[in-house]
Amino acid sequence: MNRSIVHLFGLFTLLFAVLVVFTSRWAVLEAESLEDNIANRRPLLEQQRIPRGLILARDGTVMADSRRLGTRETRRFVRRYPTDSLFSHAIGYSFIDRGQSGLEQSHNDELVGKGNELATIVDELSGAREGDNLRTTLDPKAQEAARRALGGRRGSVVAIEPDTGRVRAMVSVPDFDPNAVPEGFNQLNADASSPLFNRATQARYPPGSTFKVVTAAAALDSGDFTPETAVSGKNNKPISAVPLQNFEGAEFGQVTLTEALTKSINTAWAEVGERLGDSTMLRYMRRFGFGSEPPVDLPRNQLAPSGIYGEDGLLDASDDIDIGRVSIGQERLQVTPLQMAMVASTIANEGTLMAPVFAERTIAPDGRVTDRYRPDRVRRVMGADAARGLTRMMTSVVEEGSGTAAQLQGVRVAGKTGTAERGAGVNQAWFVAFAPVGNPKIALAVTVEQASGTGGEIAAPIARRVLQVILGTRGGGGSGSGPAASGGF
Amino acid sequence: MASARLRELFLLIPVALLVTAGFAAVLLSRTDEVNELSLTYGAAFLGLCVFAHFFIRARLPDADPYLFPLAALLAAFGLVMIYRIDEELARQQAQWFVIGLALFCATVGLLRDHRSLERLRYTIAAASIVLLFMPRLPGIGGQVNGAYLAINLGPVEFQPAEFAKIGIIIFLASYLAETRDVLVRGRVPRLSLKHFGPLLVIWGAAMLLLVFIRDLGSSLMFFGGFLALLYVATSRLSIVAAGAGMFAAGAYFFASTVGHVQDRVSIWLDPFRPKVVEDEGYQIAQSLFAQADGGLFGTGFGRALLDLPGGGKILPAADTDLIYSLIVNEVGLFGATAVVLACLLFTARGFKVAMLARDGFSKLLAAGLTAVFAIQVFVIVGGVTRVIPLTGVTLPFVSYGGSSIVANMVLLALLLIVSQDARRDTVAKRGGVA
Repeated sequence: MNRSIVHLFGLFTLLFAVLVVFTSRWAVLEAESLEDNIANRRPLLEQQRIPRGLILARDGTVMADSRRLGTRETRRFVRRYPTDSLFSHAIGYSFIDRGQSGLEQSHNDELVGKGNELATIVDELSGAREGDNLRTTLDPKAQEAARRALGGRRGSVVAIEPDTGRVRAMVSVPDFDPNAVPEGFNQLNADASSPLFNRATQARYPPGSTFKVVTAAAALDSGDFTPETAVSGKNNKPISAVPLQNFEGAEFGQVTLTEALTKSINTAWAEVGERLGDSTMLRYMRRFGFGSEPPVDLPRNQLAPSGIYGEDGLLDASDDIDIGRVSIGQERLQVTPLQMAMVASTIANEGTLMAPVFAERTIAPDGRVTDRYRPDRVRRVMGADAARGLTRMMTSVVEEGSGTAAQLQGVRVAGKTGTAERGAGVNQAWFVAFAPVGNPKIALAVTVEQASGTGGEIAAPIARRVLQVILGTRGGGGSGSGPAASGGF
Repeated sequence: MASARLRELFLLIPVALLVTAGFAAVLLSRTDEVNELSLTYGAAFLGLCVFAHFFIRARLPDADPYLFPLAALLAAFGLVMIYRIDEELARQQAQWFVIGLALFCATVGLLRDHRSLERLRYTIAAASIVLLFMPRLPGIGGQVNGAYLAINLGPVEFQPAEFAKIGIIIFLASYLAETRDVLVRGRVPRLSLKHFGPLLVIWGAAMLLLVFIRDLGSSLMFFGGFLALLYVATSRLSIVAAGAGMFAAGAYFFASTVGHVQDRVSIWLDPFRPKVVEDEGYQIAQSLFAQADGGLFGTGFGRALLDLPGGGKILPAADTDLIYSLIVNEVGLFGATAVVLACLLFTARGFKVAMLARDGFSKLLAAGLTAVFAIQVFVIVGGVTRVIPLTGVTLPFVSYGGSSIVANMVLLALLLIVSQDARRDTVAKRGGVA
C-alpha cells in the first residue's frame, strides 16, 4: 500500500503545482489584461481612495476639486466642480459610476499621481498617495465672454494662442453642470439637444466660406498664385460641369485673390481649387490636420477628424471628389470648430501648426512642478511669406469685406466669414479670426447652429467680443451692439 | 519523545510570530499605530497552541510533530485574514478555534484506540449519509447559491458535509481494509456483487449528492477520497480508472441535464461574458480581479480593496470560499504559494502517518483523511483560480466557519491518534529518538 500512497502523494504534488501555476497566471502573467477588463471596477474604486488633484485655470481659479467622504475605513473622494457649467466640456467629469470625460479623463494619470513612477513607489511606501494638480491654459474671462456672446445659441467657440497652441477658451453650447452628472446623467444623455456632446471637437459642420482660407493657403504656398493673381468671379461658372452660383447670384468680373476673399466669391475660389487639383488641395488639408484627430490632450473618443465624408467615412484622393466645391467649403466637407481654430492659428503663426494643448503644468501637492507642457510644433503647413500674404487678405475681409462686424478699436483683425446653408433661411454661421495682425496673440473659430443670418452677421460679433476680452481692448467699427451695417456673409 | 515534541514546540514559535506580525500589519494599516491588542491576539493564540502542545505531549507523546504546527500555521493565517475582513468574525473564529481544540482533546481523550471505530462503521456510514442529506430537509435545510450545503440549528449554521467527510472515510477505510484482498486478487469479471456492491453504492451516493445537494465540490471531494482510498487499498489503476470514468460520465450527464451544474460549467468556461460577469460569474470574476490586484508580493495585510463605498464587499465570500483570492490579493503570489506549500506539507505528513501505520485500517484511515484534506484544498483553490468550476467548500483551517474548523480539528486528532499508534513501537525500539 505504501507504494500507492507515494503515487498518490505525487499526484497531489502535481495538482498543487497546477494551483500555483494558475495563481501565477492570474496574479502575474495575465494580471494586466484582467486589470483592463471592463468588468473590473477595482482601478476606478482604487482611484476613488486617492485625493484627486485640482484642475486649475490659467489664473488659478479652481475648476475641479475633491471632497472627502466617509470615515477612515470607507474614505473616498468625490469630485466637485466650483465653476459649474462654465468649462463643462473641456474639463469633463470623473465619477465612479459615470466614468470620465474631458481633461479629467485624458489627464487621469497625473491627477491620481501616477505620472511619476518613483514618486508612486515612495507614496506607496508612505501609504499616502495624492494626485498632482493640473494647471491648464483655460482663461475663465475668455470662456465667460465666449459663452455670454453665444447667448444660449447652440454652437461653439474655440480660442487658441497661435505661437504655443494653448487653448484659452473652448465653449460648446448647450453645456451641462458636471456636478449634476452623478444623478442626472441619464437625463443629460437622453436630452435631444445633446448637452454632453462637445461640439467644439466632436460636431462635424459644413464649414462654408471659412474653408476658402485653406484653399487660399494652398494657392499661395504652391507658388502658382499671389494675392494679386486675377481670377474670374463670373456667376454660374461651370464647376465639375455644373454651374456654380455666387452668394445671392452676384456677378463679378476679373478679380484679384484678395478681392475674391474679401467678397467671398464662390466661383473664383472654386476655379482656384480646380486649378490646384485634388492632390494639392488634399495635401494642404492634411497638413492643416484634416483627416485625423487633432493632436490635442483630450480623450480620443471625444474627438472627430475633419474632412470630406463619404458614406463609409473619410474620403481621399482616390475617391470621386468635386474639388471645386470642396474649395469653397461645400461638397461633403465637414469640420469641427477646433479644426477651424487650428487653421486660423496656423496662418497667424506664420504657417506653423502648433498642437492645441490644455495642460500647462502639473504640480505636486507639496508645490513641486512635476511636469511642464512645452509648446509642441506639429509641422510647417505653409511658408511664412504665403502666410503673411494670406494674413493681409484676411485683414481686408475684416476691414472692408464680409467680416467688418469683427473690427476692434486700435487692433487690426484678420478673419474670414462662412455661411453654410442648411435649409431655407437656416444657416451654419462661421467666423475664423486672429489678432492683432502683425503680432497675433489669439486665433479663434466661432460657429452658431441654425442661425438665421450669415457668418458675418451672427458669428463675427461673437468673435469680436471674445477678442476684446482676451486682448483687453474696446470694440470698434461703430458696433457696440448687433452686427455691423455692412455685415456680409 | 522529547525530541519530537520539542520540535513541535519550536515550530509553534514562527506560527505565533506570524499571527502577531499579521495582526500588527492589519492594525497598522488601519490606525497607523500598533496597539497592544495585536500582541494580545498573538499571545492568546500562542497560549492556546502551547496548551494543545502539552495535551499532545501528555496523551500522544510519539505522534507526528509537524501536523499540529502546520494546522496552527494555516489557522493563524486564516485568523489574520478574517480579522482583516471583520473583527467580529475573527472573534467568532477564535471561539470556534477554542471549541475545535476542545473537540480535538475530547477525541484524543475518548478514543483510546482508533480501531474501535471499525466496529461502528455501519453506524458511522449511516449517520454520515443522514448528515449529508439533512440540508434537503424542510425546516432546517436551505438552498444557498443553488446548492444545499448548510442546515440551521437555531443560532448556529452547520455544514454537515464537513463532518460527513470524516465519517465516510472511516467507513470506507474499514470496509476496504476488509475487502481489499478480494479486490486485489479477484479478476474483475469474477468479482461478485457482494464485493462490488458497496462500491456501486458509493458511486450512487456520490451521484445522489450531485443531484440532491447540487454541489459538484462536495461530491468531487467524497468521490475523490473514495477513489484515492480504492487506489491505496488495491494498487489497481484499472478499478480506479473505472471509478473515475463512472464519476466523469455521471458528472457529465448531470452537467448537461441539471441546470445548476450546467451553469457552473459554462461560467467556468467564460466568466467574462457581459451580464454573466455581473451575475453568476461575479464571484469568479472578482476572484480573478483580486488576484490580479495582488501581483507577486500583494498589497500587504489590510491593504487590499475590499469595502465598497456604498457598503458591502467587492469580493464576495471573502472570509469563506474566496479567502484564497484575498490571500493572493494581500500577500501576493509568494504568500499564496506559501499557503499551498503548507497544505502540501500537511498532506505529506498525513501520508507519512499512513505509511508508518502497520495495519490496513490505520493506513487507509490516515491516507483517506489526508486525501480528503488535499482534495478539499484542490477543489476550493482550484475553483477560485479557475482550474475547475468554482464550488463552495472551505479552505481547511483557513476559511471562516465553525463546522470547518471543528471538523478539521477532529480530522487532525484522528491523524495524530493513528500516528501515535504507529510510532509508539518504532520510537520504543529506536530508544526514544524519533
